Amino acid sequence: VRVLLRQPRREIEVEGVSRVAELLKRLDVVAESVLVIRGDELLTPDISLSEDDVVELRPVISGG
Amino acid sequence: MKCRVCRDRAVIQMRRHNANFCKPHFVDHVHRQVERAIHDHRMFGPDEKLLLGVSGGKDSLALWDILTNLGYRADGVYLHLGIGEYSSDSLEFTQTFATERDLALTVVDLPTEYGFTVPEAARAGNRVPCAACGLSKRYILNKAADDGGYDVLVMGHNLDDEAATLFGNVTRWDLDYLARQAPVLPASADGLARKVKPLIRLGERETAAYCILQGIDYEVEECPMAAGNTVNRYKEWLNRIEEESPGTKANFLFGFLERGAAVFQSAPAPELAACQECGQATTGTVCAFCRLQAQTVVHISRKADIRG
Repeated sequence: VRVLLRQPRREIEVEGVSRVAELLKRLDVVAESVLVIRGDELLTPDISLSEDDVVELRPVISGG
Repeated sequence: MKCRVCRDRAVIQMRRHNANFCKPHFVDHVHRQVERAIHDHRMFGPDEKLLLGVSGGKDSLALWDILTNLGYRADGVYLHLGIGEYSSDSLEFTQTFATERDLALTVVDLPTEYGFTVPEAARAGNRVPCAACGLSKRYILNKAADDGGYDVLVMGHNLDDEAATLFGNVTRWDLDYLARQAPVLPASADGLARKVKPLIRLGERETAAYCILQGIDYEVEECPMAAGNTVNRYKEWLNRIEEESPGTKANFLFGFLERGAAVFQSAPAPELAACQECGQATTGTVCAFCRLQAQTVVHISRKADIRG
């Protein structure tokens, strides 16, 4: 899965993850702090991912 | 996962509500939460003149969209902080949003109108940029509300902002701030507009999701001056707790508002007087913003002298 990260913007490749929940766990990202986006849809943790998927992990924490 | 209401495919899981929602029912949920906050805390009525502080971020743009959808008419005020590309991009998101929806927007330019930027103010006073930024925002947004004859200044603070602020206030046992943390700060006779926070029942994950689902483009990148700031760190910690125990942030904040806040409000409020420089309400003789401005402008001119 190709993953777009923000703040700052960059891309990484993550192999061997089949669901959104697994991807977050692999990257040690707290689900409460991000939204997972594929194209124009939001993905819940149970959604399956395929090797050629491109997803964005968009942080939601801002301000201060 | 299925939507709690219609059993269609869910687009968001909300563990603190033990619910998942599809797009239309999530949008409904967001609108209802804001309407409930406005109603429960008597924030404003349909005929009051509203000014919304807009930053180009997810919270203020989502709130502008929600208020408009609920039938309220709110004008926007954007403060240009002079933080390079971040400020110009944020302004562009704000202007595009307002233009597309035919909403009134006032832009206040800190460098042009007050002679300094937030990074300059931070350097001049050897303070963290977020402190100079917060002070400038409070002052200028309040002044904009006062100058424009608005009844209410509407802010985009969400549940996470308020929970993180409360966490900070509690760790320092800052009694003054604890006494004043509320969804509605009443207007004062000295010119401070009533200030309200209609997003208090929504987390920032929900306002971000709302923007994405409604096609609202917002500034996703974080302010370069805010990297690693204390409030954002508190938010990360609270999210780790929330992950283990959904509902903790809401219980923390609403428990305080419903049962704790009154304990801290028993102390008399500080007396306000008109600032000798600008006339806005202050607890001292010259307000904090006028002192910040004077110090920064002197610092800038000294640096120019040295270079010249």
